[in-house]
Amino acid sequence: MTSNSNLSNMRRLVEQLKLEASVERIKVSQAAADLQQYCLQNASKDALLVGVPTGSNPFREPRSCAVV
Amino acid sequence: MRSPPIPEMATQEVQLNETLAHLKTESETLKTKLEEERAKLHDVELHQVAEKVEALGQFVMKTRRTLKGHGNKVLCMDWCKDKRRIVSSSQDGKVIVWDAFTTNKEHAVTMPCTWVMACAYAPSGCAVACGGLDNKCSVYPLSLDKNENLAAKKKSVAMHTNYLSACSFTNSDMQILTSSGDGTCALWDVESGQLLQSFHGHAADVLCLDLAPSETGNTFVSGGCDKKANVWDMRSGQCIQSFETHESDINSVRYYPSGDAFASGSDDATCRLYDLRADREVAIYSKESIIFGVSSVDFSLSGRLLFGGYNDYTINVWDVLKGTRVSILFGHENRVSTLRVSPDGTAFCTGSWDHTLRIWA
Repeated sequence: MTSNSNLSNMRRLVEQLKLEASVERIKVSQAAADLQQYCLQNASKDALLVGVPTGSNPFREPRSCAVV
Repeated sequence: MRSPPIPEMATQEVQLNETLAHLKTESETLKTKLEEERAKLHDVELHQVAEKVEALGQFVMKTRRTLKGHGNKVLCMDWCKDKRRIVSSSQDGKVIVWDAFTTNKEHAVTMPCTWVMACAYAPSGCAVACGGLDNKCSVYPLSLDKNENLAAKKKSVAMHTNYLSACSFTNSDMQILTSSGDGTCALWDVESGQLLQSFHGHAADVLCLDLAPSETGNTFVSGGCDKKANVWDMRSGQCIQSFETHESDINSVRYYPSGDAFASGSDDATCRLYDLRADREVAIYSKESIIFGVSSVDFSLSGRLLFGGYNDYTINVWDVLKGTRVSILFGHENRVSTLRVSPDGTAFCTGSWDHTLRIWA
């Protein structure tokens, strides 16, 4: 019966919304500060961000031509 | 509607409709409450917090390698953990394994279907998984013997009722996570092909998924044509968080390296950042001049840069913290369909409808 499946769908939706509403949240200021801190802490290891000493990025090496 | 002959049935129908209406009201109330709770904690914008951070300088990123060999649109690619091998799949039904340093092709498999929309490298580097219009995800062990017919050793793992849009091995070669046009995601045991868990909740095709970095536990995020990004508990199958701020299909989702956030790319021409602990969208990466959809996104190693592959053939590079675009890269001659940063962050690879893959560094 369509009404019964509608009902069970609605019940499931309400349960899902209750679950999502109960999630513990932190303030955006705190979350943003943490994201920023992670970026800054790992910046030196990020080759695409800071570059790496010449010769240590295998893709930036000029490579010898291979005859295919 | 036929009127029921028995008075009791009429009462039942009325009760049913009342319960339905009651549940509808409850769901509306809960949705409003959810938005209110999220808004209460929205005390500042990410880019405001990042105002004091030093601005990024000029970027010099160029195509360092071009991988040619596919006969049609490249739809997906993945890096091997060895940081040099790549697997790619195409509309022409071919799956190719490349050595990105030398651009040599190491393996090639022809799938029985066209539009191989998904491919993934196994953590061991000894196998690849792929699938698409065949509605399946199959695993091919990679042989050291170049003459061996890979297709013969193929193992069918996942079975969906519509196309396979994405696949990813979990922490080992033993399990695969898939997403499908049938609206579901699923976790499979590779050896037995058994379905271990299924994930229901999207209202339309699921287009993408990404596993949380292993330190953060057993969750993954998925994005779909219903404009939603859902975060799932892999063990229970439960959707634990859901985000609906995009205005169109979400084509790509990718976790921030710390696991506390994820980015998404959509047909609405924006990329967005969602923080999982704040439970909300915290940044939008967009420009009025960018009107074409984003097909794929990925972060640089530190999470400071977000790379987006677009349908207007370009790659836009965004400063994740400040929300500004730092670079635009040209090179592909058709849509960029897939983009992944290498495992050690030294380069990123893009695949395009122009039949090629490019390595940028």
